[in-house]
Amino acid sequence: MTEDKPGWREMPEGAISYKCTLDYETGDWGVEYPEIDYERCSKCMLCHFYCPEGAVRVRSDGYTEIDRRYCKGCGICVEECPVKCMKMVRKV
Amino acid sequence: MSDLTLKEAALKPDLLASGHRLCAGCGETIIARMILKAARGPTIATSATGCLEVSTSIYPYTAWMVPWIHSAFENAAATASGIEAAWRAMRRKQKGPLSRYETLDIIAFAGDGGTYDIGLQALSGALERGHDFTYVLLDNEAYMNTGIQRSGGTPFAAETTTSPSGKAVPGKKEWKKPIDEIVIAHEIPYAASINPAYPMDVLRKSRKALEADGPAFLHALVPCSRGWRFPPEKTIEVSRLAVQTCIFPLYECRFLEGRPHYELSSPSLAIAKKPESKKPVEEYLRIQGRFNHLFRPEMRVDLISSIQEWVDNRWEMLKEKSGV
Ligand code: SF4
Ligand code: SF4
Repeated sequence: MTEDKPGWREMPEGAISYKCTLDYETGDWGVEYPEIDYERCSKCMLCHFYCPEGAVRVRSDGYTEIDRRYCKGCGICVEECPVKCMKMVRKV
Repeated sequence: MSDLTLKEAALKPDLLASGHRLCAGCGETIIARMILKAARGPTIATSATGCLEVSTSIYPYTAWMVPWIHSAFENAAATASGIEAAWRAMRRKQKGPLSRYETLDIIAFAGDGGTYDIGLQALSGALERGHDFTYVLLDNEAYMNTGIQRSGGTPFAAETTTSPSGKAVPGKKEWKKPIDEIVIAHEIPYAASINPAYPMDVLRKSRKALEADGPAFLHALVPCSRGWRFPPEKTIEVSRLAVQTCIFPLYECRFLEGRPHYELSSPSLAIAKKPESKKPVEEYLRIQGRFNHLFRPEMRVDLISSIQEWVDNRWEMLKEKSGV
């Protein structure tokens, strides 16, 4: 009997995650996403820190950009932008 | 202390990856991302059961870009203690995967349920034994992950599914447990309150906590749009109002030469110096649906003023302790 049982090497990996959530795009959660008016952006980077998703990246030129693959459309960045240069736009 | 500028932090890659399943507008990830940006180098994280834990580890995915362990609800601090003890043993024997790290940032994340209630004894033990780790209390003031049940961290009069508001009972009947005092009574080197609305303050305090020689405690207020009943884009506004009304003041406390030294952090210090800028707590309560019953159908002036008294009293005590 015992010899038919799988050894630990054959057991499934169990609770050890093997994929990164970067493969799981949450961008379809929201109905709107933010757009930045770069003419007025002051490069304060607050939107980068306030985004719960890490979907606002800071580019090497200091401007931020929205990664729509992960943005859940919460609207925090738009609400908090000190120069009000962001707005939510509907997905088409 | 090695300072971390906002720019440096912004360019550091996130150690908590996008694609996690926390609700839109969640305050927990905002602050967890900032804290992880303050990590100095090799880092190991552990979480108690809670929103952050379930939503970052939905099998087979993980959002953690550093080694991360979850074992049970009540033992985040005990798990962190074990990590630290293992690291020290490997250093001593010069053997094992952790032996080459001169510093190791060990961070335990736990919610209010995992801290005020279920994890309190594990936390107390780890603080007393003096393990070198940073404990982060992500306080969203109820068991949100299981559907908004009250905890020791839920404030007075807040409505939760187990402290409903009705004719007889106006939401939670008890006051919020003074967890900071309980933790500081353990005479640990560093404790501080933090809030997602103030990124520079979070980065500075997180770095200090990680650099502290011994246990450090960060109490983060993390507004929860679902449980506190406000629109998700208001998370930062609610956070900021908590500081502006002094219901959640920002301060730090170091233990030096046998006694605690409290210091108000700049956003709260500014209010202490200019008392007329302190906003009435009503402004904080009014924008959250969990306090709706204090305003509708009729204004419960009695309850609002007892909350204001509680806030004022604790604020005065904190000012006294900080010598302002
Ligand atoms: S709307 Fe929310 S999720 Fe989208 S980029 Fe702004 S802060 Fe991030
Ligand atoms: S918050 Fe506004 S001004 Fe600041 S970097 Fe983002 S878009 Fe630019």
